[in-house]
Amino acid sequence: MSVQLWTYTFVGITFALYIGIAIWSRAGSTKEFYVAGSGVSPLANGMATAADWMSAASFISMAGLISFMGYDGAVYLMGWTGGYVLLALLLAPYLRKFGKFTVPDFIGERYYSKSARLVAVFAALLVSFTYVAGQMRGVGVVFSRFLEVDINTGVIIGMLIVLFYAVLGGMKGITYTQVAQYCVLIFAFMVPAIFISFQMTGNVIPQLGMGAKINDGSGLYLLEKLNNLSVELGFAEYTKGSKSTIDIFAITAALMVGTAGLPHVIVRFFTVKKVRDARKSAGLALLLIAILYTAAPAVAVFARTNLINTVSNQPYANMPEWFTNWEKTGLLGFEDKNGDGIIQYTANAQINELTVDRDIMVLANPEIANLPAWVIALVAAGGLAAALSTAAGLLLVISSSISHDVIKSVINPSITEKQELIAARLSAVVAVVIAGYFGINPPGFVAAVVALAFGLAAASIFPAIVLGIFYKKMNKEGAVSGMVVGLLLMLFYMLKFKFGIFDGGKSAVAGLQSDWWFDISPEGFGSIAMLVNFAVAYIVCRFTAPPPDKVKEIVENIRIPSGTGDAQQAH
Amino acid sequence: MKTHDKNKAYWKQNLRYLAILLSIWFLVSFGAGILFKETLDHIQLFGFPLGFWFAQQGAIVVFVLLIFIYVRWMNKLDKEYDFDED
Repeated sequence: MSVQLWTYTFVGITFALYIGIAIWSRAGSTKEFYVAGSGVSPLANGMATAADWMSAASFISMAGLISFMGYDGAVYLMGWTGGYVLLALLLAPYLRKFGKFTVPDFIGERYYSKSARLVAVFAALLVSFTYVAGQMRGVGVVFSRFLEVDINTGVIIGMLIVLFYAVLGGMKGITYTQVAQYCVLIFAFMVPAIFISFQMTGNVIPQLGMGAKINDGSGLYLLEKLNNLSVELGFAEYTKGSKSTIDIFAITAALMVGTAGLPHVIVRFFTVKKVRDARKSAGLALLLIAILYTAAPAVAVFARTNLINTVSNQPYANMPEWFTNWEKTGLLGFEDKNGDGIIQYTANAQINELTVDRDIMVLANPEIANLPAWVIALVAAGGLAAALSTAAGLLLVISSSISHDVIKSVINPSITEKQELIAARLSAVVAVVIAGYFGINPPGFVAAVVALAFGLAAASIFPAIVLGIFYKKMNKEGAVSGMVVGLLLMLFYMLKFKFGIFDGGKSAVAGLQSDWWFDISPEGFGSIAMLVNFAVAYIVCRFTAPPPDKVKEIVENIRIPSGTGDAQQAH
Repeated sequence: MKTHDKNKAYWKQNLRYLAILLSIWFLVSFGAGILFKETLDHIQLFGFPLGFWFAQQGAIVVFVLLIFIYVRWMNKLDKEYDFDED
């Protein structure tokens, strides 16, 4: 069977599975729609959280980015997993004890104010839209390469699928599809990694293969070999990297704090029964995530070495089929500058003839390594599982923010449960359409766009929640001004240095690097914006009235695990 | 013990656990993986320079352990203070 036929088969089977689960577990009440009835077991929630959180960026982009960044890629690896520790220790148990439906719910009640709730809604929407655009783009890339449809058509197909099961199933449908999607994506990521690890190093465990000797008879460790190759071509040594230490520090911190502030991940902890289960499922989720996250750097090393060995200084006419296939998508390009018919790949932009989009490395890796057709097709299904599961989780946050936090809590508290459910479903539809628009007109690389969403979450949501739990005296004035200042500062920095809005557009961005504040890139600036948020909140809080006693009681109550209320009780 | 004091003592112990675990969290990631990376790279662990290994794999392994230790400690603490939900 050809790769394309295998792909149609795998994608068809997995899509049928997701739709089947969505029909079986469709939501009948708002409680089921928002938090799956708070009856999900810790293991199922752990798997769903892992799939929810491992996005197209983790599956498709991350290993590719790392393979071009070398050591610097650690910002994604440590940043995205390290944030999980913060989430598990500082947020998840307390938010579960609080027991409501959404993140703005917590912020609105804890800071006894509708404006706090609205600022939180705005932040949640901004983060989720930025993030979901990246997922749609990922779906488009997979479809365009493996099913040979136009990227835009791919985005639209993805939109329809997500729409179907997010609108029908709500959180309940999403949770159980995510459990299935975790299985698909982890299998699809690990199978080719194991194959290639065995091929290159003789070790079947990719995590260990990365540190083993390469079996090309040179007797060198794989990483030594790659360091040598990189230096030969004029790149930095793979294990050294090229970003400044302060930028690495800032980006890692921003991604960690951002991870902990992502509303679609936080809300997953509202779906378990008890505080104890919330803690446990956070641990299980990270364990399941770590399987992919420790294998990704290995895949990056394998892919980079294979790519260099296959294309560098080889005649273009001898290139294998995958090369021309990817050329057609426009994501891989060869321009024979010196007309010798040989591919010169070097760090020097003037003579370099090969351009590789980072997003294709994981998808192309099995082909570059000559793996069987079914493995290649499996990767396509895995990429789709990763993108769809995250997109669905985000759409749920967007729709519940609108129907629950804006319509039910602020605009019209008297709507019935049925009407709220209809509103939730309608907002999901609108959200999918907007997300699709951004997927077709994407602002940049999948992972880079997602990284900015983390900056926004770090600058706004995380400090407000942490202060709400750990600092009893924090009042609404402090929290709101902290969030507003943090968010605006982050937006300003991002627009200025990532999109060049104030300096003549995208073309000016590269030239602005020397103006970065404290040498910190827009991706890392979330950590500074977070500190500013904390500082502003604290100072404003010192000069304004303390919170009412009732709020202090809420805080004391969420610190103690016993007597977890039903998520519905407060309504 | 009065409820209020009991709650306070429980919270204090919780904060102590968090301080211990988050210090380790900081040391393996920002410490070993970033600030002391260059120094640790002189040590070789199989094919890995040690600092590089912490940054790309080691820190993640420790993160997983930290959460499970936290779960254990907290479950024990809940029992001790009779905050168990079962």
